[in-house]
Amino acid sequence: MIEIDRISKLYDGAAAVDAVSMTVETATITAIVGTSGSGKTTLLRMINRLVEPSSGEVRINGESTRSVPKNTLRRRIGYAIQSHGLFPHYTVARNIGTVPTLLGWSKAAIRARVDELLELFSMEPEHFRDRYPAELSGGQQQRVGVARALASRPDLLLMDEPFGALDPIIRARAQEDLRRIQRTLGSTIMLVTHDMEEAIQLGDRVAVMDAGRLVQHGTPAEIIQRPASDFVADMVGGVERPLRLLSLFPLSELVEQGHAEGDALDADTSLRDALSNCLWTGRNAVPVVKDGVALGRVTMDAIRARAEGPR
Amino acid sequence: MKLAALFRTALVLLLLALVIKPTWFTWAFAPFAPDNGAVIYERASLLSLSLSHLSLVALASTAATLVAVTLAILVTRPAGSAFLPLSRTITNMGQTFPPVAVLALAVPALGFGAGPTLVALFLYGLLPIFENAITGLSTLPPATMEAARGIGLSHRQRLLRVELPLAFPVILTGIRLSVVIALGTATIGSTVAASTLGEVIIAGLLTNNTAFVLQGGLIVGLFAVLIYDALVQLEVYLSRRLGAGSSGALASKA
Repeated sequence: MIEIDRISKLYDGAAAVDAVSMTVETATITAIVGTSGSGKTTLLRMINRLVEPSSGEVRINGESTRSVPKNTLRRRIGYAIQSHGLFPHYTVARNIGTVPTLLGWSKAAIRARVDELLELFSMEPEHFRDRYPAELSGGQQQRVGVARALASRPDLLLMDEPFGALDPIIRARAQEDLRRIQRTLGSTIMLVTHDMEEAIQLGDRVAVMDAGRLVQHGTPAEIIQRPASDFVADMVGGVERPLRLLSLFPLSELVEQGHAEGDALDADTSLRDALSNCLWTGRNAVPVVKDGVALGRVTMDAIRARAEGPR
Repeated sequence: MKLAALFRTALVLLLLALVIKPTWFTWAFAPFAPDNGAVIYERASLLSLSLSHLSLVALASTAATLVAVTLAILVTRPAGSAFLPLSRTITNMGQTFPPVAVLALAVPALGFGAGPTLVALFLYGLLPIFENAITGLSTLPPATMEAARGIGLSHRQRLLRVELPLAFPVILTGIRLSVVIALGTATIGSTVAASTLGEVIIAGLLTNNTAFVLQGGLIVGLFAVLIYDALVQLEVYLSRRLGAGSSGALASKA
């Protein structure tokens, strides 16, 4: 569990981050979202003390980050950034093994960990281990960057706009990969993004920052349905709010008995994709299957009811 | 590519022959020698002169590299940045002082021989290496430096594992310039009795023997060209390994 306790950063008397408190549960993803200059990156960088807080405290599993030397602290916290920051003169394996090497792991343990991570990121170890970053595609470099951050099994992974440099298709895949890997490893992740869509897709919790303050911290559904201020409502994107809300729930939540025409959709499909499918195929209901077994149907009316905001 | 390798081998063989078996070239230099004068310089073996010339250059360049890179590391640390202008001034002075003046001034202090030449070559070698080391160390990719800090490398680990290896190709360019300047400047050392290939040239000038001048000049020139070329090859290899730019990446994929 990560506790951020009234943490502030002043630059020339002006607060870049103003008394932010937040608790992050173990094995969850928290997406910190805000416009540029909102203090979200400063907040993230105060957790591994790349920026020293002016006041306040961060506790990781109850232990204050001030009680350990900076470099020791950073080796326990994974750190992945937008332009990956790989060491160009190191092979993929050496890049990933950087922190375990600093921590004095044995060669065999490092090698096993590198291969394990490469496989987790669907990169064949024999093929990629000995290559240099310049020989990889942007998406592969980004994956190696995240693998390096995860190498020493850190208590916490900090990510600063990790997918910012990727094109939309690679980006969607990278987001899915991160979700899958986070669930597999049970990692605790704090991720900074300016993209509300990304925050809603990835976050178990979304923290919205504005002018150095934490304006709302809650589940994606809470943020969409009950934005705490006009600023949050703007960030959630006025007209797209119902669609964003629908993207959070799978079809399985609205299944009812009955029959519908046409191709069936999988129970894990989001309501948003199902709505889109209904509109495109001109249907009022879709059949739902799970593992090939028919569960029933979901109607447009049910989806519409789910998308309604509070009155 | 093959042609270049062939040309390089030919030059190396020519140089070796000129240094080890100078008498093979009597026919070529004879037309430039004065009547009844010697055609081939024989007062000292060209091989020992070459070795002494090269070791002077190697010693001076090594010392210059150590001092210049250390200075550059110090002034690129946050604590040392205040000394950047001062250290620039000092190394610039080394460069603006004419080598002959340095030799003349060093002789009373160090006596005749290799000493003053070493000092002149050392001072001359500082600036190119220092400038390049500063450029190399202050233009490192910001994302890589941020990541190095963020994953917990200490100052020393960042310097040794990331900064110096990444800056090395640029520093090497400075060393190359410095070595080539030193190879030429060392010839002047013979005016204060350092044993270098300059001896051959000066003997030729004093006795109006163009054959000697050509011999000495040709050997020094070939050394300079070949060493320059070897260092360029090394730089290209290193930059390719670092994948600096897309051309490097493409080349290593091919």
